[in-house]
Amino acid sequence: MGEIALSFQHVHKSFFGVPVLRDINIDIKRGHILGLIGENGAGKSTLMNILGGVVPFENGEIYLDGQLYTPHNPEDATKHGISFIHQELNLFTNLSIAENLLITNFPTLGKAPLINRREMVKKTSEFLKLVDLPLSPDTMVEQLSPGERQLVEVAKALSTDASIIIFDEPTTSLTNRETERLFEIIRRLHDSGRTIIYISHILGDVMRLADDIAVLRDGELIDHGPCKEFSINRMITQMVGREINQIYPDRITPTGQEPLLEIKNLSRAGIVKDINFTLHNEEILGVFGLMGSGRSELAQIIFGLEACEEGEILFKQESTNHFSPREKIQKKMGFVTENRREEGLMMTASVAENLGLVALDSHKGPLNTVIRSSLDQAVNGIADKLRIKSTNIQKHLAKGLSGGNQQKVVIGKWLLTEPKVLVVDEPTRGVDVGAKSEIYHILNEIASNGAGILFISSEIEELMGMCDRILIMSYGEIVGSVEREYFDREEILRMAFREHNNGIKNE
Amino acid sequence: MIGKQVSRHSARQFFRNILLSENFILYLSIFYFLILIPFVPNIASQTNLENLLSNIWPLFAVAIGQTFVLIIAGIDLSQGAIISITSVVGAMFIAQKADPIVFDKSPIWGSILFENGAIFAHSPYGIPIALIAMLLTGILIGLLNGTVIAYFKIPAFMVTLVSQMLFGAAAIFIVKSENIINLPESFISIGTGGFGIISYALIITVILAIISQFILSRTVFGRWLYAVGTNIRASLVSGIPTQRVIILAYTFSGFCAAVASILYSSRMMMGRPTLGGSFLLDIVGAAVIGGSSLSGGKGKVMWTLFGVIFLQLLGNSLRLLNVSFFTTEIVKGSVILLAALIDVTRTRFLARNA
Repeated sequence: MGEIALSFQHVHKSFFGVPVLRDINIDIKRGHILGLIGENGAGKSTLMNILGGVVPFENGEIYLDGQLYTPHNPEDATKHGISFIHQELNLFTNLSIAENLLITNFPTLGKAPLINRREMVKKTSEFLKLVDLPLSPDTMVEQLSPGERQLVEVAKALSTDASIIIFDEPTTSLTNRETERLFEIIRRLHDSGRTIIYISHILGDVMRLADDIAVLRDGELIDHGPCKEFSINRMITQMVGREINQIYPDRITPTGQEPLLEIKNLSRAGIVKDINFTLHNEEILGVFGLMGSGRSELAQIIFGLEACEEGEILFKQESTNHFSPREKIQKKMGFVTENRREEGLMMTASVAENLGLVALDSHKGPLNTVIRSSLDQAVNGIADKLRIKSTNIQKHLAKGLSGGNQQKVVIGKWLLTEPKVLVVDEPTRGVDVGAKSEIYHILNEIASNGAGILFISSEIEELMGMCDRILIMSYGEIVGSVEREYFDREEILRMAFREHNNGIKNE
Repeated sequence: MIGKQVSRHSARQFFRNILLSENFILYLSIFYFLILIPFVPNIASQTNLENLLSNIWPLFAVAIGQTFVLIIAGIDLSQGAIISITSVVGAMFIAQKADPIVFDKSPIWGSILFENGAIFAHSPYGIPIALIAMLLTGILIGLLNGTVIAYFKIPAFMVTLVSQMLFGAAAIFIVKSENIINLPESFISIGTGGFGIISYALIITVILAIISQFILSRTVFGRWLYAVGTNIRASLVSGIPTQRVIILAYTFSGFCAAVASILYSSRMMMGRPTLGGSFLLDIVGAAVIGGSSLSGGKGKVMWTLFGVIFLQLLGNSLRLLNVSFFTTEIVKGSVILLAALIDVTRTRFLARNA
């Protein structure tokens, strides 16, 4: 040990004259896990894309095992034993596991251009065994859970004989259990001598896994050293460049007495069962559940995107069971969806168009025209208020923003409608610490101004930091409700898992 | 020295600006036109220009409807059939007389069409009735397309292709593939008359274009169209009545096809069951050359006008050069492909500079 597997020396990169990486020097020891952290836009992805041969770099050198390494394309990287497991999974969902694994390297029947099915299945089974995935190689990827897909990606990396494996935010769509499983595999890869670069916003995970930590900020390497020298607070301070004293705002306003949203005996076959709760004004009500617990589906039913089969959804004391999203919005309900790329934003439209989309109806003049002056004023106001980082919101496209700013746009477009009830589903997924804290403060302010917030999340810490009360969901049912003064991480997790385990036993 | 460098630099800048300009196709058309004058002086003659213009208006009218549908990331392949069937529907009410030898096998013979004229041939309201019937037919077919696409979630390509076959065949069936001639003078004058170069067709189409662009750029509905084309799921979550938007877009597309059919039928002085058969490539091609995107969220009425002008100019010039019909089609196809290529490159370039 002690040998350097990968070394960046004076690596520099700029896009259109704007430096995104400045003089990066990192040595990664063979067989170590490097935790790479930094806010969105700090340069982590660019650095990894350089390593993966996706983008070229201008100055500096990269050494692999002491050899100069200049990748020109992703194949170069693969040939040199570098494998990249992306944040957005790159699997073909319409193909089987085996086909995905061997897509660039199908075993053939002798020299003939025909695929040797038997060999394919055999090879794939071996790799699946390495990642503890007891599935048939012929299983279609679309049938797999996000966690299983992540493991297939790992198996794919192993199939290319990778000695350096990069994980970019691998746990964003995994349940706690799947995450644990992934970590175990990562540790096993580590034990077998592979070098791993692990990128994540979840600093606790990085602490648990990494041997060394490197912090990037604004394209510069701020700190680099053994993990034991770091604390979470130090990491945050270095990433953000200033101290964030308080990630979560104080919840000082007491919960109101006016019931805004009452859910009574809500059921939908196979999805949610007998849900009952009431959301009051000035209340932040958390919903905690593992993936597949029905938390997001519940939100969609409440908002009218999915049909409500049984029970009642009372919104401001009126039954809204058969209201469309449009009618709910007119009654002042808002819904920050879980997936901003697919459901939240028009990626190829400008920031301003995105912000103004829901509020169009309140800026309507004669002949159904849009009153541009008042709309622009509202949109500019909200962009300033939420400090959305864009120099020209009329021209800049939503896809050009960082994750945190995109999320602020999604929240901003609902704020313009002044919702009385705001349902937020995973509002801080894939968002860095600085932006997270800003989003928490925004949500807190909405609640303080009299709205009720239904806060759905799989991050237990943020619920404990933000909510007045947390409902725990498991297998489509609410299995517990905890008031703020009795918040206890272990207890909440146990409730969320208990039903899970029962469920498995009963099967 | 420096001056020379600056001028070279500004020249490059100039060409780049032209290439990236949204009026690129217009500039290209003008450039092409000027280049051709020395070779085919005829192209700038008054008769040819009038001919060129009169070809532009009906195609523009129908292509406006297609633009709306392209903006919501759809496609309307049935516009050709709508032109055909509305042409027949209009003519069958107002033909002044009909030849029994030609039409006695037609299903409308004896009920709507008679030897001494059609049912409303001699009514003072004949022409308004025929026009309303044509527009209504277009609207209804569009409504049908839109409803099936929005509610049953069948791909637009499929639905409108079936409509194209169905209504194209229906048009031929109604008149047993014969043209209905002997239309009244006042109907014919819609497509042929006017005040000098300001033809009625021009007036009708320009009014349609202005209203359409107003809808697109100024109204809430216009914003909805672009939003649905950019991300339909996000639009639904944001409270846009996506199904209504889809239905209205296709209905409007049918309406525009009917307007075009009025212009074409009156100019050709007949109700022709195969009238719209050959237009499909021109309609979609004109919109796409203009810059509307097949993947939705992008399009303007003005762009489509440029596309129509370019395509008509191209066809016209090739005819003047005595190029055969088939060669003309090959060239047109290649140009549409080229336009798509330019569009992709341009988008990529703009994205990189954003």
